[in-house]
Amino acid sequence: MSKLRLPWAVGAAVMLPLVAQAAEPIRIGVIAENSAISGIAIPNAAQVAADEINAAGGVDGRRIEIVAYDDHNSAADAVRALQRLSSQDKVQAVIASYTSEVALALEPWAGRLKLPTITPGAASDEITKRVHDDYAHLKYMFQGYLASTFLAQSVCDAAKDLIVDGPLHVKTAAIFSEDAAWTGPLDAGYAACLPKIGVTLLDTIRLSPDTTDFTPIFNGLEAKKPDVLITGISHVGVQPTVQWANQQVPIPMFGVASQATSTTFWKDTNGAAEGVVLQNMATESVPTTAKTVPFAQSYIKRYGVSPAYPGYTTYDAVHYIADAIHRAGSDDPEKLVDALQKTDWTGTVGQIRFYGAGDSHTNGMVYGPGTVSGLFVQWQSGKQVAVWPKGVAGDGRLVFPAFVKAAN
Amino acid sequence: MLGLQILIDGFAVSALYGLGAVGFTLIFGVSGVLNLSHGAIMVTAATVAWALAERAGAYGGALGGLASAFLLSFVTYFAVVRPIQRSRSIPSEETEIFVLTGTLLWGIMIQVAIAYLATTSPHTVRPLISGVTVIGGVRTPTNEILTAALCWAAIGALTLLIERTRAGKALLAASVNPRGLTLLGFELERVHLLVWAIYGVLVGVAGVLLGAFLGASSDNVGTLTASAFSIVVLGGLGSVPGSLLAAYCIGYLETLTAYLVSPSLRNIPALILLVAVVWARPQGFLGRR
Repeated sequence: MSKLRLPWAVGAAVMLPLVAQAAEPIRIGVIAENSAISGIAIPNAAQVAADEINAAGGVDGRRIEIVAYDDHNSAADAVRALQRLSSQDKVQAVIASYTSEVALALEPWAGRLKLPTITPGAASDEITKRVHDDYAHLKYMFQGYLASTFLAQSVCDAAKDLIVDGPLHVKTAAIFSEDAAWTGPLDAGYAACLPKIGVTLLDTIRLSPDTTDFTPIFNGLEAKKPDVLITGISHVGVQPTVQWANQQVPIPMFGVASQATSTTFWKDTNGAAEGVVLQNMATESVPTTAKTVPFAQSYIKRYGVSPAYPGYTTYDAVHYIADAIHRAGSDDPEKLVDALQKTDWTGTVGQIRFYGAGDSHTNGMVYGPGTVSGLFVQWQSGKQVAVWPKGVAGDGRLVFPAFVKAAN
Repeated sequence: MLGLQILIDGFAVSALYGLGAVGFTLIFGVSGVLNLSHGAIMVTAATVAWALAERAGAYGGALGGLASAFLLSFVTYFAVVRPIQRSRSIPSEETEIFVLTGTLLWGIMIQVAIAYLATTSPHTVRPLISGVTVIGGVRTPTNEILTAALCWAAIGALTLLIERTRAGKALLAASVNPRGLTLLGFELERVHLLVWAIYGVLVGVAGVLLGAFLGASSDNVGTLTASAFSIVVLGGLGSVPGSLLAAYCIGYLETLTAYLVSPSLRNIPALILLVAVVWARPQGFLGRR
């Protein structure tokens, strides 16, 4: 017997590393602008999700590894990072950028490299339209965030309940949006849906993202006397908000304001955000699903601030990528894309599904009640108070600063 | 009403431009240095003031911002400008171009450091006074009035310093004939130190006020340097009154464009004016040569 023991032991010693090797980690690439409020939430949230999955034993015994690169919000840097993630880091999937211009530059490369790539925050409808038009080549690209058209729709849906039918009785509006790829379809969406809720559009301002002095813009808008400013801003945010408050522009701001989705916004604006109403994917105090609050709390515990909107969508993306790899039973990109398209995942922002090849938003996140409908919050005394939809907002009510005329 | 609005907004913006550019032109006039890290130092002052204001209050933050710009201007002089000026391996006719490159790179380093530490998102310094004042029907933030007043106070103090004190007169003399000044027994080194100290204060005040008025981000560094540079070229390199005149020209031209044409085209007419002036009168409005 004792003669047998030694070969067994040797055999086991040889086999062990082989067993360990069989569980190759799942590598997920992350490309984001690390010096921006919204950008930094992407690698941070990805890490939170990966650590959680790993602590629970990984995916089929495989650990998740995050490989992150900073693209400085440059399309060229992002494309280089994607190439490197494919050739050198050999990742299985990539989560990339909250900027539509960057995501659009990555899209053909995701196709050429056959690398499933999800944007957790770029909203342009063009991203999914291209997948629809050239499905065979571009099916690797997914929009893990609501397209601009749906963002506009959600703003109109919320506006109808909150400020049209509500106590403010808003009748006229002006669009206040930045000139960028994502706001083209957004403004078109606003222009189409505002009249349907009984609001007349008086003016549309498409401001340059380089603007630093917003005084002339606000004064020009004020002269036209709209009841509300419908916003579409992401690359600007702090400066228009502060100047709106300092100049006491008497018109409420309502719409999409991406920078305002993070808690750092309150400090960056010295509290000028008071009264701003914005679309957010989720917020730390509202249980959109059972996963929302626990994720936000562990993010806050780790990084000291709440996740900006792509934080929630990135956290979800890591989870549904892991789920798709588990369901596909393979790292093969074709099988992974198939599995991702069949995603039906309860995330922090709602029930996540993707539109199919027949829809013009192919591989885009499904919008609507029962899936992802977004959340409206208002900054009140340093906190984001949920105000819409009623189902999750509870008794949150709109409160505007004294200088906003509509408040009286 | 619109006219008065343009008059008020243009005045405040121009005062801020003027203050930012005066320090820049002074350094060039006295020591021949074009400091391309100018915008970075301004943004540092604004960012430090913002970061400190939470703990130290608006005034503490403003003082901190001022101090940081003052320190940083000395670091710029001692770590970047002076070593290049004294280097024996750089031919003297190339010193200026080396100083330009050195300060440009230094500015980029500061910019990247700010982006790393405080993100590229703009920060707004807590206003020293909040609230609005109605001037002839135009609702003006009280802080905007204070900004214009403080800019002119700083420019006034600088004028007094130059015209009424011995050190200030030496400064003026250095800009006219540095060699003559050394022959009279003045140490040029001390004059240079003085001008960098004055620069530090001016750029600090300008940075903090900019941060409170419009907000500042590390992305603005290039634009701020370019704007000071354009104003100084327009006014005549080295001429303080010329810079103020140019600052008001550009400030009002921008405000008029923003109100009457489109806010997105704000910078364009000023750039056309700059090209025209460089072409027709290369010495600028009040340039010496």
